[in-house]
Amino acid sequence: MKNLFSEGGRMTRRLTTCAIAALSITAATHGVAAQERDKVTVGYAISKSGPNAGGADMTVTPNYELWVKEVNAAGGLKMPDGSQLPIEVIAYDDRSSAEEVVRAVERLASQDKVDIILPPWGTGFNLAVAPLMAKFGYPHLAGAAVTDKASDFVKRWDTSFWFMGGSEDYVSAFTEILVAEREAGRINDKIAMISVADGFGIDLVKAARPSFEAAGFDVAYDKSFPPETSDFATILNEAGNAEADTFVAFTYPPHTFALTKQAKIASYSPPVFYLGVGAAFPVYPKIADGSVEGIMSLGGVDPNNELNNAYRAKHEELVGRGADYWGSVLIYASLQMLEQTIERVGLDKAEIAKELSSGTFSTVLGSETQLEDNQLRAINWVGQWQDGKFVAVSSEGSDGTIQVKLPKPDWE
Amino acid sequence: MLEHVVNGLVLGGTYALVAMGLTIQYGIARIMNLGFGDMIIAACFATYVLFTTFAINPLVALLILVPAGYVVSDLIYRILMKPLVARAPDEGALEVDSILVTFGLLFVIQGVLLALFGGGYASYSFLNTPVNVLGTVVAGNRLLALVLSLAIGGAMVVILFRTRWGMVLRAVALAPKSAPLFGIDTDRAARTAFAIGGAMAATGGVVLSMFQTFTATAGVVFTMKALIVVILGGKGSVPGAIVAGLLLGLVETFVAAYVDPGLTLAAVYAVFLVLLLVRPNGLFGKA
Repeated sequence: MKNLFSEGGRMTRRLTTCAIAALSITAATHGVAAQERDKVTVGYAISKSGPNAGGADMTVTPNYELWVKEVNAAGGLKMPDGSQLPIEVIAYDDRSSAEEVVRAVERLASQDKVDIILPPWGTGFNLAVAPLMAKFGYPHLAGAAVTDKASDFVKRWDTSFWFMGGSEDYVSAFTEILVAEREAGRINDKIAMISVADGFGIDLVKAARPSFEAAGFDVAYDKSFPPETSDFATILNEAGNAEADTFVAFTYPPHTFALTKQAKIASYSPPVFYLGVGAAFPVYPKIADGSVEGIMSLGGVDPNNELNNAYRAKHEELVGRGADYWGSVLIYASLQMLEQTIERVGLDKAEIAKELSSGTFSTVLGSETQLEDNQLRAINWVGQWQDGKFVAVSSEGSDGTIQVKLPKPDWE
Repeated sequence: MLEHVVNGLVLGGTYALVAMGLTIQYGIARIMNLGFGDMIIAACFATYVLFTTFAINPLVALLILVPAGYVVSDLIYRILMKPLVARAPDEGALEVDSILVTFGLLFVIQGVLLALFGGGYASYSFLNTPVNVLGTVVAGNRLLALVLSLAIGGAMVVILFRTRWGMVLRAVALAPKSAPLFGIDTDRAARTAFAIGGAMAATGGVVLSMFQTFTATAGVVFTMKALIVVILGGKGSVPGAIVAGLLLGLVETFVAAYVDPGLTLAAVYAVFLVLLLVRPNGLFGKA
């Protein structure tokens, strides 16, 4: 039977090759047309199927679609000479396979010869395509990628740009809040921490352990679990036994949702309840059946930022559902920066990269968005659900953040 | 200790519920349905739409989707499987052919779901109410999965071993070549078994959707889990599927509680390997 599986796999692969060949033929004609410059071709490979599809479909793809729709509705991308060119999109499904995403980007660069390549979803996938993007000279606006090594990467690939910060940034901002809470006597010095044994969970927990310990916290329960885990009754039970006032879970959406449901069942409601990816999704309150007040996670938005509110309304109107409260706005801001760069310098790839790293842009994040060392740093690191909104918080509440409200109230 | 037993049984109930349909399809109709998990996902999405768009209670959805699962699977058998059964020279060839066809079916169902719902996560909250079982608080929806799997499993055992109709099904499972000599319509029996399996996939999907987050492409995860339970329990054995499902639930829970949550999968595969070494045909399998 095993042979059969691989035989089946081989057959699909053969079919895919045919499909790719067919696509390349059509793509080749696009390439010719592009040279007459009556449009700008934008290509991307994104996970439309497979385990990454859920994340990509929440944070990245809707923003690509929204941006293209908006630009084309306004007459197209503005060029330095004042003319406007419509965007034509070539999109591939990388089927959540790192091999496939590399192949697709190579195809976009060498066969489709697109003008701009937008990045895939996920830290691993962005790292996988980074060398290729650099080799072909495409500016790489890595959006949905959390990495502490961004400063090294911008040296290795000087046309790469990183928009989502690193694990240490998120963890240290959260630790600051915990320290302030402990000093105010609202929480004890024990932390129960769980993490998924996969990319995001591993990175975050690696940064969190030293950060919590340096701040004098005792990580009383520290376990990781396989990504396939769907039942958290036992894990939450054990975490509860640690008698920690702070519960931290670096998780992916399925775990985040399941943990929330199980915590409600078990009436487990520690003063600080911090979850991973998924808690900043607009559907989260519905999944948690309302009672999300006080739950913390990564990201958050400034509810008083009118630009951001307008973006969220537009996202809802054009995509048909709300944007998430963490990565979406960062991805969208990166596209706005790209759009303004093209208006200033045209489509020359090296010029685009130069302008991106040194220019000042007006984006949803603010009227003077700038990159520091090719990295976006104006990011909200910690968010909390307050009155039905996932807002950016800090212990004091300043710089577009709101004061954190702890302890978290009991489940409704 | 007792709380881990309760939690383990509740988790295992889900595994058993998912695996029973597959074991019936495989054991009686001799079709190794690789699209089984995607049928479960289809039922998950159907429940999701009925609940969120039409405000139909998932328990009522059960009454709609289980017969629908039966009818759809019956049709799939008539259209897709019947020609395979008719041309297969022996049982081995039928298994091979059915694997290839259902492998394709998997992508068809997945593609349709992707086109309809996109690749995003779907989840809703229903019956997420605490229920006290012997001092352990468990989720109502998960408990429902356990109760349903035991009830359906019990009913299937009674039907298979105490009724004439069940005897016909067992005869086809045991000796598909000789059964027609006794006037048994093997084609009809196999079709019925396949359709019952489909109805059980629908049951599993409706119940799972109440507590599990699902995506259009998550079907293969359920197929894999069900496959492990089916092979562990012995192919075609309903009691085997229940015992193996509950066993896996208990193993996962105890390992998570006393060893490390990171080793749950490793423990499951270790049990799987050891049992296959000792009993190559599974717990309840016949040599």
